[in-house]
Amino acid sequence: MNPETFSGDAVIDAVSAVFMVVGALMSLAAAVGLLRFPDLMTRMHAATKPQVLGLFLLLFALGLQMRTWWVWPVLVVAWIFQLLTVPVSAHMVGRAGYRTKHLHPELLSTDELEAVVQQAAGKSGFTEDDGDAAAGRR
Amino acid sequence: MSRRRISLRQELPLLVWLVIVWAALWQNFSPGNLLFGALIAVLVARLFYLPPVELGGRFNVLRAIPFGLHFLTRVVAASFQVLFLAVAKGPKVISAVVAVPLRSHSDLLVTATGHVTALIPGSLVVEVDRSTSTLYIHGINVRNAEDAAQVRRDVRNTEAGLIRIMGTKAELSALNQELGS
Repeated sequence: MNPETFSGDAVIDAVSAVFMVVGALMSLAAAVGLLRFPDLMTRMHAATKPQVLGLFLLLFALGLQMRTWWVWPVLVVAWIFQLLTVPVSAHMVGRAGYRTKHLHPELLSTDELEAVVQQAAGKSGFTEDDGDAAAGRR
Repeated sequence: MSRRRISLRQELPLLVWLVIVWAALWQNFSPGNLLFGALIAVLVARLFYLPPVELGGRFNVLRAIPFGLHFLTRVVAASFQVLFLAVAKGPKVISAVVAVPLRSHSDLLVTATGHVTALIPGSLVVEVDRSTSTLYIHGINVRNAEDAAQVRRDVRNTEAGLIRIMGTKAELSALNQELGS
């Protein structure tokens, strides 16, 4: 290989190839996690989090391959929106899952929320859905 | 009910962000497009008025860059950790719900801390207690009290970093006092 062909292009191709493979690996991790983890909460970890890194790597590789500067703002905006929405959806599903008891208590080493929820439930009943965990303490 | 109007200076970060999104989606950063985007941003911010986000009034870029890099390295490390757990431990993984009391009572900082924590694999915000600003975090692979203390420390470190970036001056001095003593 003469020095001229070993230019920036080859490096960019190599970097984006690595990023794409690792990004795909993160999707695989999500799939494996969904199959292997025991309850809703642990599955949420697997289902939502690899996107953060996986999507970052895939978008980065895409940006490198497009070789035009104007795709970068779109990719950055796409990633930022992902960052803003992933925790919210994960929180909503996790919260609903906790309240509907979609978890295995024997797989929790400690549960510091349970006492607070019990207290809140004792005072206001289970029908109150919009109150937060502190409702019982106010 | 009429809300307190906020000054243009307070609204500026939102407007700039809207213009950036507009230009990024059009993939056109020409002055004309930016101007039109700014016009639409002002119009949207006026028509669809949301409760203002109370910013701390300061933003430390020098603190933000290392924080961002640290965040990325933690995301990378934790992503592989979750992959390892999924393959190696699978159904036998032990987790915990840990209560983490935060220092700050500002909505912005509690939200930001919750977001950063939730984005790092292995921790998920299950519940937020706004009155005491306590986050209830579901941590994966938290087997004993020591791991739980580690989760608590991590979240509080995240919060400290965020206070250094964009907390109010009062929060910052309280933090410095706490760490100094």
